[in-house]
Amino acid sequence: METKEFLMEIVSLNGVSGFEQPVQDAVEKHFSPLVDEIRRDALGNLIMLKKGCGKDRPRVMLAAHVDEIGLMVTRVDERGFVRFAAVGGVDQRTLPGQEVIIHGMADVLGVIGQKPPHLMSPKEREKTVPMDELYIDTGLSPDRLKEQVSSGDPITLRRKPTEMQGMITGKAMDDRAGTAVLFEVLKELARMNHWVDVYAVSTTQEEVSLGGAITSTYGIMPDLGIAVDVTHGDMQGVPEHKTYALDKGPVITQGGNIHPAIYQGLLKMAQDRSLPYQTEVAPGPTGTDAWAMQISRAGVPTGLVSIPLRYMHTSVETLALKDVINAGRLLAYFLASIDPDFMEGLKWS
Amino acid sequence: MIDLLQRLATSHGPSGDEGIIRDVISQEISKHVDEVRTDALGNLIATKRGSGGRRVMLAAHMDEIGCMLTFIDEKGYLRFSTVGGLPVHYLLARPVRFKNGLLGSVGTEKIEHIKELAVEKMFIDIGAGSRQEAEKHVSVGDLVTYFPAFYNQGTRVISKAMDDRAGCCVLIKVAEQLKDCAHDVHFCFTVQEELGLRGARTAAFALSPDVGIAVDVTTTGDTPKGITMDVSLGKGAAIKVMDESLISHPRLRQALVQVARDRGIPYQLEVLVRGGTDAGVIQISKEGIPAGVISIPCRYVHSGAEMVDTGDMQAAVNLICAYLATDLGI
Amino acid sequence: MVLKKLTEASGIPGQEKEVRDILKAEIDGLVDRYWVDPLGNLLAVRGDRGPRVMLAAHMDEVGLIVTHIDQKGGLRFSKVGGIEDQVLVSKRVLVGKDRLPGVIGAKPVHLQNHGEREHPIKSEDMYVDIGAKSREEAEKLAPPGTAMVFDTCYEALGERIVKAKALDDRAGCAALLEVLKEEYELTLCVAFTVQEELGLRGAGVAAYALMPDMAVVLEGTTCADTPGAEENEWSSQLGKGAVLSYMDRASVSNRRMIEEMTRLGREQGINYQFKRTTAGGNDAGRIHLTREGVPTASVSIPCRYIHSPVSVMSLDDSDSVVALVKAFLKSVEGGFLPND
Repeated sequence: METKEFLMEIVSLNGVSGFEQPVQDAVEKHFSPLVDEIRRDALGNLIMLKKGCGKDRPRVMLAAHVDEIGLMVTRVDERGFVRFAAVGGVDQRTLPGQEVIIHGMADVLGVIGQKPPHLMSPKEREKTVPMDELYIDTGLSPDRLKEQVSSGDPITLRRKPTEMQGMITGKAMDDRAGTAVLFEVLKELARMNHWVDVYAVSTTQEEVSLGGAITSTYGIMPDLGIAVDVTHGDMQGVPEHKTYALDKGPVITQGGNIHPAIYQGLLKMAQDRSLPYQTEVAPGPTGTDAWAMQISRAGVPTGLVSIPLRYMHTSVETLALKDVINAGRLLAYFLASIDPDFMEGLKWS
Repeated sequence: MIDLLQRLATSHGPSGDEGIIRDVISQEISKHVDEVRTDALGNLIATKRGSGGRRVMLAAHMDEIGCMLTFIDEKGYLRFSTVGGLPVHYLLARPVRFKNGLLGSVGTEKIEHIKELAVEKMFIDIGAGSRQEAEKHVSVGDLVTYFPAFYNQGTRVISKAMDDRAGCCVLIKVAEQLKDCAHDVHFCFTVQEELGLRGARTAAFALSPDVGIAVDVTTTGDTPKGITMDVSLGKGAAIKVMDESLISHPRLRQALVQVARDRGIPYQLEVLVRGGTDAGVIQISKEGIPAGVISIPCRYVHSGAEMVDTGDMQAAVNLICAYLATDLGI
Repeated sequence: MVLKKLTEASGIPGQEKEVRDILKAEIDGLVDRYWVDPLGNLLAVRGDRGPRVMLAAHMDEVGLIVTHIDQKGGLRFSKVGGIEDQVLVSKRVLVGKDRLPGVIGAKPVHLQNHGEREHPIKSEDMYVDIGAKSREEAEKLAPPGTAMVFDTCYEALGERIVKAKALDDRAGCAALLEVLKEEYELTLCVAFTVQEELGLRGAGVAAYALMPDMAVVLEGTTCADTPGAEENEWSSQLGKGAVLSYMDRASVSNRRMIEEMTRLGREQGINYQFKRTTAGGNDAGRIHLTREGVPTASVSIPCRYIHSPVSVMSLDDSDSVVALVKAFLKSVEGGFLPND
């Protein structure tokens, strides 16, 4: 299967933080031929091992989170409108006019409505409507609705991906783009010899707590970990230095959260193989699974590779497919190149 | 249940100084379990051995919010910091109590508008005329709580510290009611939950349970123009789906709902937007633990007049006992 | 002297090597073995009998990191650790390993609009000028990722008072070294931690590896006994001794350990004081929650103006901290345990 098809398929599936299993099932299906062992843990992480060859093989963990931000039903009111809360960092301004799917006893289609402009006072028009005043309209009567939907049901944004001049736009690119990178990595590694044991982990609940990364890293005890996530793509109105161009290569991060030898290793590999790349300085928390991986047990040398993504945390997240492919290649070459000298070089001088 | 609840709720036990409530709980639960111990952070862990089943951790926190004395001025007025999420406007002009039983009133420097109220401007007055006089009775580092008034009208109870002495009460009752349970049940009365779920973290690490259930209070959506929430007082035990600290393990949550339905135990589903419980840290302990929460609906959380319904508490007790009679569904 | 060497070294969170190298040289011979862990913490153990007592101080200081170079060759930066924008204006920094001098300037008053001076300048609008004439030149000298620290040297300020940068927490590191100079019948686990200023990142990992029975954190703490603060807001006071705290945002100290330290302070005439505020947090926040829990307490040196280019401390307070920690370790040697 082509990585593009894989990406389009998995972003079409629904898996809000805490409810990722449908996506994990698809990931498992497509990754099975590429790995030797698969298991799931208590938090629903999908941990897939591709063994290397040789003695004293280091364990390298790659993590991409499969959960997407979404909503959850808080109550169904007397007139049949559904009230909700956010799961993960949802900007309420992106919601009015959005189609959603409520995953209750069955999938129920709904629309997030808002007061029409004609009925809004000038004061109201100046402020955004807070999340707990928005509502979903399903068109169903309260009785019919209550048969199918209850408090606690997860809700996903309804958006199918589409191509747009070489870009791909849709929901959940954060971070299924990362999952697609892992797919590309394993496809490349299938044709290469590598010393290290590779644990490709499809993590859960990154958007709410990094819970998946915390528990999976603890269980794997990796010698080295690299998270694959998204970073901010360029757009109008945001200073250039805070964003990255699309289609100019994946972003390699340095900073406190990142082990310098891993940063240098990735940089050098990109340069040696003439792969496009960009670099980023993260002075503090990276806001990714890498933040949790680094402080597992007695510490893990950690790296981060990110795909530039425009309009993060909306239903129109946009990226360049080539960045995903190049990230996959970079990581595959890097993993295949890890040798005892490199592992020795992880020690702080 | 009311007597036990009263003893627990009126005991002194602010976060970081849980000694007294720990002793009270230890006395109450010892007769129902096989072993009781205290760990490095002060958590009380009472274990009832089963017959080869799974390891279950039930957690309720012993600590309550309060204030800590930081400075005694020369006129004997006491300055303080809050301990846990205590909204300072709930303290203004209310009595507070020290561990030794001493009472004080809470005052503030002059302010023009309630919006200016801040903990730095407030002080506790024990009626001492000078620093020396005050120092005879209190010291920097002493912790105070809301004055412990306890009232009940039928099943409705009003008191300080229902968060989470109601949960502690439920656990003690479960220990009492549980007979012939196959599973090893560890009743953990945790410390410092109000400071960031601290005690539960180390307790879970030590226990490595197969499943963890916290029992804590949750807010309700049934007061005039209140928050948007489907939980009401008197409608049964709340089975949590999500809060700020965790998304409950789906199969655990489904198993609890199924048990409640099968046994006709009144229950409600809970989504809490602001707030978390010990289950949040239990879930991410080590390699991860299936975790969930059974909540006791409570109005006016973190005030000195929290309100719960003992019917909801009994439903929680029944639900836990019924669940522990199954194979846990995980 | 070691505090001068330590405070004048550069070590922003994630780039603590210079400081680590100084400390490695200092503990060589004072401990049985030492190693550096995957995060860069310098860990050491001495002794193999008696309770395992962890002593911790963090190596990192707050500073700046180059994020990008602007068109004119100015170094744009992010703050690493908590620094108020207001202390950055009109200051000198040292850039990179070669310690190139750089300046953070500001618009001259003559060129300002009316009222402009009322509003603080945001750090996003600032840049470091290293005198480069072009973007390329600047990029070569200080590429993105280069660390920048305040250019402040260690000097005496009156009697027994000193000023320096990074007293938080090089003062703690220096005190820890002093404590190590005695012998104790204990297993001492030493941790010079990294990235405390980024959220106590190194400490938990260190405690996980060292598995101590109890821990003492030596910190440089806020000292707000200055004009503008009310007496009850004076978090600690300069010259009034080692600071003990019952509670801050990150941890509640083990009561028994605090009680023991106050007893020792009274008995042995060591000056100590209690923190009057509960703000902030330090490595104890992570250490005490590691594994099954570790009884922990902090003993701190009051430092005025921490997290700014120049901080001020009293050498007497440092001596008090050293004396108190030494007395505490002797007490543990003699059988003290922090059980409730």
